[in-house]
Amino acid sequence: MYSHSYKTLQPTDVRIKTEHLNIYYGKKQAIKDVSLDMFTHRVTALIGPSGCGKSTYLRSLNRMNDLIENSRTEGNVLLDGVNIYDKQVDVVELRKKVGMIFQKSNPFPKSIFENVAYGPRINGMNDKKKLEDIVERSLKQAALWEEVKDDLAKSGLSLSGGQQQRLCIARALAVDPEILLMDEPASALDPIATAKIEELIYELKNTYTIVIVTHNMQQAARVSDYTGFFYMGELIEFDETKKIFTMPAKKQTEDYITGRFG
Amino acid sequence: MEIPKTITNTMMKKRFRLSEFLAEKLITATAFISFAFIVLIFVFVFRETLPIFSAPEPAVSLEELGEQETYGDIVLSDAERAAEEKEKTKVAAEEGVTVENLAGDRWQPISGKPKYGLLPLIVGSLKISLISIFFAAPIAILAALFTAAFAPRWAKETLKPAIEILAGFPSVVIGFFALVVLATFVQDIFGLEYRLNAFVGGLALSLAVIPIIYTISEDAISAIPKSLTEASLALGATKWQTALKVILPAATPGIFAAILLGVGRAFGETMIVLMATGNAALLSANPFEPVRTMSATIGAEMAEVVFGETHYNVLFLIGSILFLFTFTLNAIAEIFIRQRLMKKFRGS
Repeated sequence: MYSHSYKTLQPTDVRIKTEHLNIYYGKKQAIKDVSLDMFTHRVTALIGPSGCGKSTYLRSLNRMNDLIENSRTEGNVLLDGVNIYDKQVDVVELRKKVGMIFQKSNPFPKSIFENVAYGPRINGMNDKKKLEDIVERSLKQAALWEEVKDDLAKSGLSLSGGQQQRLCIARALAVDPEILLMDEPASALDPIATAKIEELIYELKNTYTIVIVTHNMQQAARVSDYTGFFYMGELIEFDETKKIFTMPAKKQTEDYITGRFG
Repeated sequence: MEIPKTITNTMMKKRFRLSEFLAEKLITATAFISFAFIVLIFVFVFRETLPIFSAPEPAVSLEELGEQETYGDIVLSDAERAAEEKEKTKVAAEEGVTVENLAGDRWQPISGKPKYGLLPLIVGSLKISLISIFFAAPIAILAALFTAAFAPRWAKETLKPAIEILAGFPSVVIGFFALVVLATFVQDIFGLEYRLNAFVGGLALSLAVIPIIYTISEDAISAIPKSLTEASLALGATKWQTALKVILPAATPGIFAAILLGVGRAFGETMIVLMATGNAALLSANPFEPVRTMSATIGAEMAEVVFGETHYNVLFLIGSILFLFTFTLNAIAEIFIRQRLMKKFRGS
């Protein structure tokens, strides 16, 4: 279904590859035969109108769809060449490698420190000094350290919306993931907080492979290297972001980007 | 555009709707009548308690009556008698029921020289409640955690109503079951001297308490936003780690409230303890000895007491204590559910 013009890129850079992915919720098919490659140390944006399946697709990359009753996945999702839907794969280990940031910030009702330390703690890390280092490093990476360093004992829920979302990013970073999935991470935030998150994504891409779902076309254009356009569960077009936004190959993509629907 | 005259005409004429007015007043009245009932019961119970503290009753000496002091058919030994004599002169010097008398360790309201020591009854109630909560709380909370966080939908849809039906079980049936089946069973296992004792009573009581703690805990756990579970799983936590370290701590205020309401139920429950505890007002810490609770005392003695007598008033005092205790527990539970839980999810 998708255009193959991105083949000019180095294929060795592929980090996540989905092959003929089909996802069903009961009888309803949410994702239809999506094959897509995502590259190391690049930001891939997934855009499309509400209900087009982009979030479902994103959640299939760390098997969060497993939690939804009646959901069924067909096809392959290859992470570094390994099919994550293989029976041998340990989902817990997979999710440590593939972190996720959600649309609505969801800090635990714990202190800021405990929020960030949660991941390392459940992995058996109990060394106070090491935990402190991890928390500081993660909060710095998430550009939140300067704002909260003096009250790490305060509840994570006492922070503002934008700070909460950065806390969630810090929490995800604390377990040393290699890939970050972001499901509309800035949709509930004001423009200033959004700008901070976008800056952060730009910084993080040097170290991580990032896949971001967004409603905001400008955001996709600003932060991503590649963009995939989803419509009705299908991947209509995938290409370099530059190209998608300047000369899309498909009429549907152009219509969506120029605001004719969606 | 001009508004048609007909519309403005009907709209500007405020009409009095009789049925509406009556229905509203009726509902208001019903609400206040229920409230009034509670207040009146409250007032009645306390009013019947008051004479203890105001109208002294002249103490009657045993010698005057020419009776031997007994409790049941056990005649008190000489040594005990001597002690009684000594105490009696002391009590006789005072008037009627005193605080000292109420704080005593003997409940012998129908002996020649009645003793209204509430201590064994209060300790009995506490003991029974403690035993029942000790069994009920872990079972109910784990069951709630399972249904709310682990169970597949079909199991949830079967388990929850099934356990809640247990809450509507007549307590006399539970008491009967404890009296006939459970007591023998427990006696055989532990080789106990007494068939009916605090342990059996507490165990039977836990059957009545489990559904209460379960239902409220389950609601509290289900109310934890799913986004927290997702966040934890996405960090590579297992389901069990998520349940234990995220869901359970977040639901703590609700679970605490559930336990308090469970204690309230255990404290006030009458029929089960009346049937299964042996009903001897002994002051002891041993869980395998018979006990008598405050509620069972009222249940067993109120029907035979002389109206207006000290004994009658003391039973109402016990009622007042029970009332205050459950009232306090429920109030604390309410505050915990309403305020702490809400606060927790809206940020400090």
